[in-house]
Amino acid sequence: MNEIVTYTSPIPLLAVLVSLAAVPLIYASSNRPNLREFWTLAAAFIKFPLVLSLLPDAFAGRVAEWTMLEISPGIALQFRADSMGLFFALVASGLWILTCFYSIGYVRGANEKKQTRYFASFAVCLSATIGIAFSANLLTFLIFYEILSIATYPLVIHKEDREAMRSGRQYLTYALTAGVVLIAAIGLTYHLAGTMDFKAGGLLAGLDLDANTAKVLFMLFLAGVGVKAGIMPLQSWLPAAMVAPTPVSALLHAVAVVKSGVFGVIRVVGFVFGPELMHTAGLHLILATFAGVTILLASLIALKQDDLKARLAYSTVGHLSYIILGVALITPEGFTGGLLHLSNHATTKIALFFCAGAIYVNLHKTKISQLDGIGRVMPWTMAAFTVGAMGLSGIPPINAFVSKWFLCRGALQADQMIILGIFIVSGLLNAAYFFPIVHRAFFRKGGSDLDHHGEASPLMVVPICIVAALSILLGLQPNLLFNFFDLASGITESIFYPASTLVGLGGTP
Amino acid sequence: MNTLQLPILIIIAFLFGALLIPLLGYFARRLGYITALIATALSLFFSISGLMHVLSEGRISYHLAGWMPPFGIELILDPLSAFMCVLITGITFVVLIFSGRMVEHETPDKTISYYTLTMLLLAGLCGMVLTGDLFNLYVFLEIAALAGYALVAIGDKRAPVAAFRYLTLGTVGAAFYLLGVAFIFISTGSLNMGDVFKVLPLLEDSRAVIVGLTLIVLGIGLKMALFPMHAWMPDAYAYASSAATALLAPIGTKVAAYVLFRVMFYMVDPDFLRHDLHIAQIVGYLGAIGVLWGSILAICQKELKLMLAYSSVAQVGYIAVGIGLASPLGFIGAILHALNHACMKACLFFVSGSLRFKVGHSSITDMNNSLRKTMPWTSAAFVLAAISMIGLPPTAGFFSKWYLALGAIEQSNWIFLGVLLVSTLLNAAYFFKVIERMYLKPQPRVAAPSEEPSEDPVQELTDTTHVNRNEAPASILLPTLTLSLSLLVLGLANAWIVTHLILPMIPDWL
Repeated sequence: MNEIVTYTSPIPLLAVLVSLAAVPLIYASSNRPNLREFWTLAAAFIKFPLVLSLLPDAFAGRVAEWTMLEISPGIALQFRADSMGLFFALVASGLWILTCFYSIGYVRGANEKKQTRYFASFAVCLSATIGIAFSANLLTFLIFYEILSIATYPLVIHKEDREAMRSGRQYLTYALTAGVVLIAAIGLTYHLAGTMDFKAGGLLAGLDLDANTAKVLFMLFLAGVGVKAGIMPLQSWLPAAMVAPTPVSALLHAVAVVKSGVFGVIRVVGFVFGPELMHTAGLHLILATFAGVTILLASLIALKQDDLKARLAYSTVGHLSYIILGVALITPEGFTGGLLHLSNHATTKIALFFCAGAIYVNLHKTKISQLDGIGRVMPWTMAAFTVGAMGLSGIPPINAFVSKWFLCRGALQADQMIILGIFIVSGLLNAAYFFPIVHRAFFRKGGSDLDHHGEASPLMVVPICIVAALSILLGLQPNLLFNFFDLASGITESIFYPASTLVGLGGTP
Repeated sequence: MNTLQLPILIIIAFLFGALLIPLLGYFARRLGYITALIATALSLFFSISGLMHVLSEGRISYHLAGWMPPFGIELILDPLSAFMCVLITGITFVVLIFSGRMVEHETPDKTISYYTLTMLLLAGLCGMVLTGDLFNLYVFLEIAALAGYALVAIGDKRAPVAAFRYLTLGTVGAAFYLLGVAFIFISTGSLNMGDVFKVLPLLEDSRAVIVGLTLIVLGIGLKMALFPMHAWMPDAYAYASSAATALLAPIGTKVAAYVLFRVMFYMVDPDFLRHDLHIAQIVGYLGAIGVLWGSILAICQKELKLMLAYSSVAQVGYIAVGIGLASPLGFIGAILHALNHACMKACLFFVSGSLRFKVGHSSITDMNNSLRKTMPWTSAAFVLAAISMIGLPPTAGFFSKWYLALGAIEQSNWIFLGVLLVSTLLNAAYFFKVIERMYLKPQPRVAAPSEEPSEDPVQELTDTTHVNRNEAPASILLPTLTLSLSLLVLGLANAWIVTHLILPMIPDWL
């Protein structure tokens, strides 16, 4: 990576707007489902290449930037496709394409109502997610963060029954409270630093903050972004939000929304506070404590869930904290591991959720205890499930193994044996809560109700197989697609050695 | 056109409207409506050209009847008053378009009095904004107040009682103000604000001045519905006709807040207020309590108009918090919030009016999800306005809170910051309560007895699950949509508004 140069390009803005532009079209064609779904797909197929087209420049150290307008005197609504944002945007927009196909199969198979609202809200969510990824400063980040909170609400209450409304209320309470706390945190940052631009290495870095102010500010930020990231004790909205249709749980509550929270944590750690301040003020210990406790508790709670989606949800809570714990190590290896886990957990967990949805649509089963013998009926689906389960338990050659490997190395690098222990124990717990499902599916005999049932519709099975295959391929060759690995280590490099961005970067640190 | 005449033209347009409407309305009721629209459009035009003139060439001072101030009455058009005039007349114009069908529907026999009173109210309010003379301000205040009482009284059965309460309390407020002015006049020998500003620093230890200022702030605080003097407002807004509420709620309290701005930041040395008298802080803390109190009471309401009225108590509190900060950021936040809240509240009262127009009631408990089918656009406008009231970006409501929050952080005033943030959640609680009912609450199922034939009326009720669209007429819907969309525009353009319109009005000494 050479010296980082910014250049003006509307592509980041277009990438944000393209799915927003699809919303009126989706509403206009609400009576013609095929045309409506075409708009969704079109938006997805335009969005991803747009994001992708920024990638070569990012590797060449050129960062696309677009200033839309001044949103508050001195602060612009600004998009910047730096490598960190690009990394997240690639994951979210790439998986959206697959989720689109899967969604179509799912909502038609399950005969969901209000499909127009569903697809429209989904598109808004994606716009907001990409907006979060490309935000160049805290205020832009906040704006899209709040839009995401609101746009997810219609999806959570999709079923419109009592339970959905209760979950919706809970979700809103958590999300809006978080937004409010974030306003305070951002205002305080602006007051202290006089700027809001994200800066690799920390915008507060040179300010000489005293430790207590830094701690208060960090806790505010943590409460603000931690809700979406599911850090305990702020996680309880996430299992409740599983009343949403499964594609929503898959893309939003395993990738886009929750990872926006994690992405927020990374931005806060790497781009607002910076590694040095994290260390000197002891903030990394706070973060590590929360994340470590979350990992263990969430894995333990997941063990005793009988509802498949609830178990996946608690597993998500745990894995989000893997990423955060990796970041909290404040070592290059740990940071790289956290970033890699962001994308790797995305492909594996989305595979698992897709499987849960396929099982629901096809067999109307939601409980784990009902899954005996379904491996015979839905071999492809359950094979993909096994791949995802293996990955999250940390078994090579699935991609999540690679990130766990780096996380463990990061813990060693930081000389944190407790954290290393947490990673290893929770790996075992992962295996303990995933493999009984695999065992039931393949090694137990199913009831007679499984006769005359085959695989779910190809619109669902094909995306499932693709994400599973992706998980394996990225495990074998992390750089296979879009040089994810180099991208991640490049980001780490830029945060830990801000000066060395001038020096060439050769592979792993 | 002689731009120097602009201040008086703004007021005169309304006064002529008030005279012409009963005359023309005698021949055809429709003419009254048109005259009111024309008068407001004219005044809006004068206000906008006044604002442009003021921004490019500086303030205009108009001497009534040629008498030189401080003896004669002076009308001042500076960035602040010009901005307020544009705001008032602009909102009124939209409200009048909305009122056309609404007044015919709700109070068909009182249309002429409605438009006449509207014009008088507006003449009074614009006069309060423009005048540079303390006593003249009282005169305009009474013109506006009397017209306001009468407007409230045109309403449903309980309106006269609410109007009487409003009248009693409003008169007490005006009396306080007048008494305060008398004290100031005795001490300084002048009624001209600019003159008083020059003399006051010499008299700051005088008890009479302190008592006078306190009385003025008390009186205006009552007019502004500042906690705990807000009791008149909810009933008055809830029982007045929809058109009258839509007119009074967005601008009535704003003008009182403006007077407070004038008095506190242009007539008195703010340092004196801040450090010796603490009036600014007291106003700020009362506002902060009002924000919480109004929001909590709004949560408890079962009637949309009452809920919105209590929410107004809270929103006025924001402006008071901005005054209490007494800093440029607080000033920006308060003025921006006056603008935003005027648009939001007008939009929300339009929605409650539309509901009464089409559904016949605006009771929250009786709402159900048929609304999203029958009135999709009105419901959507409500959602957007509600999001703005809650203060979520990128709508306008977020940014006024943003500046206020920055102002509170700047002064390390954690109480104000906490109140601002908590109120966001309280706002969300009562607005989402309505949104949930509008969009999600299932319609009551009237079970059709099985032996009944399908032509039975009960069966028809069951069929309302497939209700047809029954949207408000264009003259009601379009203003509603315009205002709700304007909230997005105001949000995105707020930086422009702040730098080009609000920054020039902040006095140098702040």
